[in-house]
Amino acid sequence: MSSFWSGWIILLTVVTIIGTAWLLFANRSRPNDQETTGHVFDGIEEYDNPMPAWWFWMFVITIIFGIGYLVVYPGLGNYKGTLGWTEIGQYEAEVAKANSEYGPIYQKYAAMSLEDVAKDEKAMRMAGRLFSDNCAQCHGSDARGSRGYPNLADGDWIWGGGAGQIKTSINNGRQGTMPSWLPALKEQGVDEVSEYVLSLSGQPADSDMAAAGEKHFQTYCVACHGADGKGNPLMGAPNLTDDIWLYGGKRAQIRTSVNEGRNGVMPAQQESLYPEKIHLLAAYVYSLSN
Amino acid sequence: MKHEAIEKNLGLMIPLIIVAISFGGLVEIVPLFFDKNLTEPVDGLEPLSAMELEGRDIYIREGCHVCHSQMIRPFRWETERYGHYSVSGEHVYEHPFLWGSKRTGPDLARVGERYSDAWHRAHLYNPRDVVPESNMPAFPWLFEDTIDGSITGTKMSALRTVGVPYTDEDIAGAEQAVDGKLEIDAMIAYLQQLGTLLKHKR
Ligand code: HEC
Ligand code: HEC
Ligand code: HEC
Repeated sequence: MSSFWSGWIILLTVVTIIGTAWLLFANRSRPNDQETTGHVFDGIEEYDNPMPAWWFWMFVITIIFGIGYLVVYPGLGNYKGTLGWTEIGQYEAEVAKANSEYGPIYQKYAAMSLEDVAKDEKAMRMAGRLFSDNCAQCHGSDARGSRGYPNLADGDWIWGGGAGQIKTSINNGRQGTMPSWLPALKEQGVDEVSEYVLSLSGQPADSDMAAAGEKHFQTYCVACHGADGKGNPLMGAPNLTDDIWLYGGKRAQIRTSVNEGRNGVMPAQQESLYPEKIHLLAAYVYSLSN
Repeated sequence: MKHEAIEKNLGLMIPLIIVAISFGGLVEIVPLFFDKNLTEPVDGLEPLSAMELEGRDIYIREGCHVCHSQMIRPFRWETERYGHYSVSGEHVYEHPFLWGSKRTGPDLARVGERYSDAWHRAHLYNPRDVVPESNMPAFPWLFEDTIDGSITGTKMSALRTVGVPYTDEDIAGAEQAVDGKLEIDAMIAYLQQLGTLLKHKR
């Protein structure tokens, strides 16, 4: 703040304090010569009594408190106050205190393997909170997911369920990208291959269409989903034979997946969360199905 | 002093009342208008694009700010959850602020880039599709209603008169940038840029 505005604040504040104090004391006693304010309304007169003593002294205490406050805390322009208090200073002290208190706990778990952390009950309670704050919006508070957001508790994995693979999923995020197949297969081809996908997971399907669909599948789909349709964790292509679905396994839902393509995005967390927290989260997700 | 002299003379009483009640503002508010720490934008701050600006107006129209604050206070329990505390330099182009004070839902000051666009679409269409416990209302009409861009440029010039550095090209291109676009896309554009300038690990 420039010294002009600092001076402005100091001047006005001091003038106001002195002014209110003067006003208070000037009105303390009733002028000897008049008992009333001089108002007369319909013959009713108004006394001009001084303020009751308790009220007067409360005001005095307020003024003294105000002056004391302005001496120890920042309030008068650029004057910093004898305590040197700042809002950010208080915040940083709070953070430093928490870091020295909780830091060693995080360090202890960070030095343990994911599999061991997953067995530690206290660590899992901490990690459960972190999951609620950072992951539950998409994966659900019970980690069971919803359409487009995978269930992390069922032991079925798109990108791999090893502890390390899970940690990579969280650190770097994942992008499952499948283009729309409408341009290549046209309406009929989409219908046929969807019928074949239905049959892969053992659901009732039109066998003629599925047979035609299998040809398309071998041409267009095996590169990612594999010749047997069991998926490929390196590309995030889901297993189509296990009847566990990211986007739903009904005929219409499968058809929409194939027709429009799918682009699931798991945001990378390493830019926003500390590695010790990601370590706990990875162990937590691992613990849900191990 | 005689009470009567003041109390029976409005022409005197009004100025004296104004003087008496203006001290607080003169001391606490006026100097802030001139404080560089509070009026300088943070590094990289750009005025909202036409889409983002329309998204913001929809955000206000739908009352999102009634349930969501956009102000992370400098307390550890807030920064642990939401990220870096809010600083005034992030808000210098905002008229009016949407800081809010009621949190029925979480603070949104740094929600930008935290979730995917697809998540926001699903969530705004019906929050319970992705967050079963949610009591946030659904906003399905955002997926049908389109933006009328005819006054977007006017909004920008109005903002320019209060100090938001929009260029003539920004204003000229505004209508074309938003006209006929779906409201949901503007809303997501607005949400995805919120608070992304200050990065800070939680
Ligand atoms: C480029 C690799 C690639 C090719 C080729 C590919 N897919 Fe996919 N497919 C994926 C990925 C990745 C996903 C998961 C998308 C996501 O996570 O959002 C997916 C998802 C699906 C799903 C949804 C699965 C679920 O659990 O809901 C179906 C159905 C599907 N693919 C069928 C097909 C069919 C049929 C073809 C051939 C016409 C095909 N895919 C070709 C990569 C591919
Ligand atoms: C914006 C929503 C979103 C958030 C927030 C989110 N995820 Fe995900 N996550 C996804 C999506 C979508 C996928 C699937 C990506 C795909 O389509 O392949 C996924 C995939 C994963 C996977 C891989 C699952 C598999 O089957 O291989 C793991 C592990 C995971 N997330 C953990 C987490 C953790 C831990 C957090 C919290 C730090 C988190 N996610 C936060 C959306 C999200
Ligand atoms: C009645 C109060 C209410 C209103 C109005 C409301 N929300 Fe919400 N919002 C919530 C609640 C509660 C949650 C937490 C549960 C959830 O995620 O759905 C939430 C969550 C969110 C989240 C996720 C935040 C996070 O970090 O997890 C976003 C984004 C959001 N709301 C955006 C909006 C937008 C945009 C609007 C206006 C179109 C809006 N909300 C209107 C109550 C509300």
